[in-house]
Amino acid sequence: MLANLVLHLFILLLFAPLLLGIITKTKAWFAGRVGAPLLQTYYDLNRLWRKGFVFSRTTTWVFLLGPVVGLAVPLLAALMIPFGALPAPVSFEGDLILFVYLFGLSRFFTAAAALDTGSSFEGMGAAREVTFSCLAEPTLLFVLLVLARLSGGLSMNTLLGEHLLASWRSEAGASLTLILVCLFVVLLLECSRIPFDDPTTHLELTMIHEVMVLDHSGPAFGMILYGAALKMMVLGALLVRLAIPWDTGWWLTNSLIFLAGLSVLAVLIGVIESAMARLKLPRVPQVLVGTSLLSIFALVLVLR
Amino acid sequence: MEITNPLLLTVILINFFTLGSARLGACIRIVALQGALLALLPLAVHGFSLHSLVLFSGALLFKGVFIPLLLLRAIREVRIRREVEPVIGFVPTLILGVLMTAGAFLFADFLPLAVEHLDSLFVPTALATMFSGFLLLITRRKAITQVLGYLMLENGIFIFGVLLSEALPLMVEGGVLLDLLVGVFVMGIVMNQINREFSSINTESLTALKE
Amino acid sequence: MMWLVCGIFLITFAGVPGLFCAREGRGAERLACFLTLIGTASGLAGVTRALLSDGEMIFDLPWSLPGGRLSLCLDPLAAIFILPLLLVVACGSIYGLRYWPQREHPENGRKLRLFYGLISGAMILLLIASNSILFLMAWEVMALSGYFLITTEDHKEDVRRAGFIYLIATHTGTLALFATFALLSQISGSLMFPAAGSLPIAGSGLVFLLGLFGFGMKAGLIPLHIWLPGAHAAAPSHASALLSGVMIKTGIYGLVRLTSMFAEIPHWWGWTILVLGGISGIMGVALALAQHDIKRLLAYHSVENIGIIALGLGLALLGRSYHLPELVALGLAGCLLHVANHGLFKSLLFLSAGSVIHAVGSREIDHYGGLLKRQPWTGALFLGGAVAISGLPPFNGFISEWLIYLGAFLPLRQPSSMLELAVFAAPALALIGGLALACFVKVFGIAFLGEPRTAAATQAHESPVSMLVPMFLLLLACIWIGLLPSTLIPLLSQAVVHWSVASGVAVTTQALTPLNWVSYVSWLLLLLIAVFSLWLYVRSRKSPRTINTWGCGYQFLQPRIQYTSSSFADSLVGLFHFGLLSERHGGKVTGLFPEKIEFSSHTPDLVLDRLLIPLFHAVAGLFRFIRTSVQNGILALYLLYVALAVFTLLAFFTF
Repeated sequence: MLANLVLHLFILLLFAPLLLGIITKTKAWFAGRVGAPLLQTYYDLNRLWRKGFVFSRTTTWVFLLGPVVGLAVPLLAALMIPFGALPAPVSFEGDLILFVYLFGLSRFFTAAAALDTGSSFEGMGAAREVTFSCLAEPTLLFVLLVLARLSGGLSMNTLLGEHLLASWRSEAGASLTLILVCLFVVLLLECSRIPFDDPTTHLELTMIHEVMVLDHSGPAFGMILYGAALKMMVLGALLVRLAIPWDTGWWLTNSLIFLAGLSVLAVLIGVIESAMARLKLPRVPQVLVGTSLLSIFALVLVLR
Repeated sequence: MEITNPLLLTVILINFFTLGSARLGACIRIVALQGALLALLPLAVHGFSLHSLVLFSGALLFKGVFIPLLLLRAIREVRIRREVEPVIGFVPTLILGVLMTAGAFLFADFLPLAVEHLDSLFVPTALATMFSGFLLLITRRKAITQVLGYLMLENGIFIFGVLLSEALPLMVEGGVLLDLLVGVFVMGIVMNQINREFSSINTESLTALKE
Repeated sequence: MMWLVCGIFLITFAGVPGLFCAREGRGAERLACFLTLIGTASGLAGVTRALLSDGEMIFDLPWSLPGGRLSLCLDPLAAIFILPLLLVVACGSIYGLRYWPQREHPENGRKLRLFYGLISGAMILLLIASNSILFLMAWEVMALSGYFLITTEDHKEDVRRAGFIYLIATHTGTLALFATFALLSQISGSLMFPAAGSLPIAGSGLVFLLGLFGFGMKAGLIPLHIWLPGAHAAAPSHASALLSGVMIKTGIYGLVRLTSMFAEIPHWWGWTILVLGGISGIMGVALALAQHDIKRLLAYHSVENIGIIALGLGLALLGRSYHLPELVALGLAGCLLHVANHGLFKSLLFLSAGSVIHAVGSREIDHYGGLLKRQPWTGALFLGGAVAISGLPPFNGFISEWLIYLGAFLPLRQPSSMLELAVFAAPALALIGGLALACFVKVFGIAFLGEPRTAAATQAHESPVSMLVPMFLLLLACIWIGLLPSTLIPLLSQAVVHWSVASGVAVTTQALTPLNWVSYVSWLLLLLIAVFSLWLYVRSRKSPRTINTWGCGYQFLQPRIQYTSSSFADSLVGLFHFGLLSERHGGKVTGLFPEKIEFSSHTPDLVLDRLLIPLFHAVAGLFRFIRTSVQNGILALYLLYVALAVFTLLAFFTF
C-alpha cells in the first residue's frame, strides 16, 4: 500500500512535465526544426520557481487560490486513478464521481482567478472554459457509465481493472473504441490543445486556458504549469490504461509500459497539433455535442 | 460474423459524420467510403462465391467509385464547397440522427426476425442508415446533399438486401443497383438544369416552379 | 415532544408582542428575535431528544379536530426537514435585526416579523402533523403568511404582481391537495395519515397525480414553477432565504410522505418524477444562467435544486418498484440530504446576496464588481455558498449529489430491463453540475472580483457583525456536512427505513459507508490546499500590488471594459436558445466609426411569460368579446333572454 503510493507519486511528479516536452519536440520535428530540449519544461519550472511575483492592484486572495487548487486537484485525482496496471492507492465505491468533480473544483477557481484580474480578455477565457467544459462533462459520464456497465463496479480500480482485456475481445470492443475516441477529445479539450485551444498562440482573443492565466507570474505560474502537466498525465492515464489493458505482473515492467504508452499519447497529440488547425470557436460546441452523441451511442451498444 | 460488426458500426459512424459536416467534398468522400465498406459486406456474410463477388464488384464500382466521382465533378463545376444554411442546424440534425439510431436499435428488438439475425447489428444499422438518409433529404437544401441522402437511403436498403440476397437471388441487387443508377442520373440531370436556369443549386428555388 | 410544541408556540407568536409596541422602538424586534431563538433552541432540544430515543415520537391530544384526533408525530423523515428549518429560522431572525430594522422600515417591519414567525411555526406544524385536516390547516397558514412575506414592500408595483401570481399558484395547488386528501381518506377510511406502506395500490393513480400537482406547485418543479422567481426576488432577503431554503421543501416533504403510504409503487410514478426532475434541473439552471438580477438568479437555482432532489426521489421510487433496496437507500438518502443541504447553502447565498444589496442598493449583478475588497467577509461567505451549490467537494452539495450519482449508476447492474434507462440521470446531473458551476463562477466573478462597475459599488461597506454571524453559522453547517458526512448516516438510514418498510437498516447503512472515504479525501484536499496556500502566501507576502492588469497592449483600462454577466453567459445561453428564447435588442454595429448604440438582452420565463400570460390574455379577450356581445345594454335583448329562459324551462319540463 505505502510502496504503491510512493511509486505512484514518484511516477506522477517526476514524469509529468516530460509529456509537454515530448509534444513540443514532435511539433518541432514536424516543422523541420530542432526544437527545445525534451527537458525544457523542467528548466522552465526551475526558473519560475526562483522568480518573484508581479501582482495587479485589482487582484485579491482569490487570484492566488487559482494556482493552488489547480495544483492540489490533479495531485489528489492522481491517487484515485490506476497508472497502467499499477492500481490506484486510494480506491472506494464511487470514487469516479469524486474524480470528475475534483476537476470541477479546479475549473471553478481557475476561472474565478481569471475574473479577479478585471481584464476583459481573461473574462473571455473564463467564459469559454466553463462553457466548453459543461459540454464535455456529460461525455465523461457516459464513458464512465460504459466502463461501469462492462466491469460491474463503481471504483476507478474496477472500472479500469482486469475486465478490460476480456471486454476488448468481446462484442463490447466497438464501444470501447468509441469511448477511447471520446476520451481523447475530452483530453484535448481539458488540456487545452489544438483543435480546441492553442497553447502557443500569443493572440489573446483566440485562447482559452492561456488567456486565463495571463496575469500569473513567478512560482504561481510555475504551479499552474506543473498542475497542467499533472492534469494531462492523469487524464492520459485513463486513456493509456484503456488502450493497453495488459498486466505483466511485475511493477517495473508495468510502469515502463505505462510510461511508453503515455509517450505515444504525447507524440499523438503532437502529430495532431502539427496536422490540424484550430477550430473556429462556434464550431467547438458542435464537435463536443457530436462527441457526447458518440458516447451515448457507445452506451446504447453496451446496454442492448 | 467477426468482421461484420465493426463494418456496420463504421457505417453508422459515417452516418453521423455526414449529418454533422458542412463540407460537401468530405461528405461525398465519406459516403463513398461507406459504399465501399458495404461492398465488403456480401463477402463477409456469404463467403467467396461467384454471386457475392459479383455483388461486391458491382457495389464497389457504383457506390464507391462511379457515383462519388460524378458528384465530385459536379461540385467542381458548380464551385460550391459548403452546405450553407440547412433547414435545421447541424447540431439538431445530429441529435435527431442519434435519437433515430437509438430508436432503430430499440425498434429492431421488437421486430419478428429470424433467430440468426436477432443479435446482429444488421437490421438496426439498415434502419439507422435509411433514417439518416431521410434526414439528409429532408433537412438539406443543396441538391448535392440531397443526392447524398438518397445514396445513403440506398445504402440502408442494400444492407437489408445483403441479408435477403440468398432468399431472393439477383432480384434485390439488380433492383438496388438499377434504382440507384436511375436515381443519380435523374438527379444529375435535374441539377444541371436547375443550375443553368437559376445559377444556383438550391432546391428551394424549385418552389418558384409551382405555378 | 413537549419541547417541540413549546418551540412552535414561541416561534409562531414571536412577532405578536411587537404589534403592541411603538412603531419606532427597537425593543419589539429584539424581543421577537429573542423569542424566536428560545423557540428554536427548545425545538432543537425536542428533536434531538426524539432522535436519541430511537425514532418516532407521537403526541396525541384528546382535542377533536374535524375528522380525527389532534395528533402530532415526529419521525426521522420529518426531523431531516425540521433541523435545517430551525437553523435557517434562527439565522434569518438574527439577520433581520440589522437588515430590516424597525427604525428604517416603520411601515412594514412589524408585519414582516409577525408573518415570519407565523410561517415558521406553521411549517414545523405541518411537518409533524399526522392528520390531514391539521396538515391542510398548517399548509394554508404557511401559504398565506408566505404571501404577506412576499408583499412586504407592497407599495411597489412588481412586488404586488409577484405576490398576486404566488397567491393564484398556491391556491390552485391547495385545491389539488384538498382533492388528494379527500381521495386518500376514501382509500384509507380515515383522515389520519395511514402508516407507511399500508395502503393498497388500487385507485392510487389519481391521488398521485393530484398530489404531484399540488406539492409540485409548492416545490417549484418545471412547469409549475411560475410563481417562484418573482416571489423570491420580491421578498426581503432573509424572507427569501426562508421561502427558498425551507418553504418549497414542504412540497418535497408532501411527495415523500404521500409516496411512503403505499405498499407498492407503480413504475410510472418513479419515471414521471425522474423526468420532471431532469427537466427542472437542466432548464432551471439554464434560465438561471440567463438572469442578471441576483435574486431571480438564485430563485431559478432553487428550481434547479428541486430538480436534483426530484431525481433522487425518482430513483428511490424506481428502486421500490423494482425491489432494489440499495437503490431506494441511495436515492432517498441523496434526496433528503439534498433537501437539507439546499436549505443551508441557498439560505447562505440569499443572506449574503442581501448583504450585497444592502450595501450597493441594487439587485443587478452588472452594477457590482470588486466587492471582495469592500466586503471581504460577505465575499468569502458567498464563495463558500457558491462552491457548495455547484456541488463541488469539500462542501455539502457534493455529498448529496454523490449519493444520487451512485444511485443512478446502480441500474447498470440490472441487465435488459427498462430500468437501465434511468442511468441517463447521471449525465443529466453532470450537465446540471457543469452549468451551475458556470453560473456561480459568473455571479461570484462579476459581483465580487475585478473593479467596481458603478459608483455605488465603489462606496460599498461591509455589513455589521449581526448580519455576518448567521451566514457564518450556515457556512459552518455546510462544511460540517461536507467534511463529516458519516455523522449523518444513522439519521439518514433511519429515515429511509421509515419511508420504505422493505429496506432494512443494514442494507442502507452499508450502501452509505463509502461516505467515510469521501470525507477522508475531502480532508486531504483541504490539507493540500491549506499547505500550498500557506506556502504561496509566505512567498508572495512581500510582493507589491502596484501595477495595472496587463491589458494586452490596450492602454486605457476601465472598469467598463470588463466582462459583464450577460457576456459571460452569452455562449451558453446561445446554446440553450431553443429552450430559453432570449430576446436581444440592438447591438448591431455598422461602419468604421459607429454611432453610440444600445444593446440589451432579456430572458423572460418560459412558462409564465411565454405560455400562461398570452393564454390568459386570449381567454380574457374571449370573455370580453362575449360580454360586449351579450351584455350590450339593449333592453329589448335582455327581455329576449328572459323569454328564451322561460321558454327553455317550459320545454325542459314538458318533455
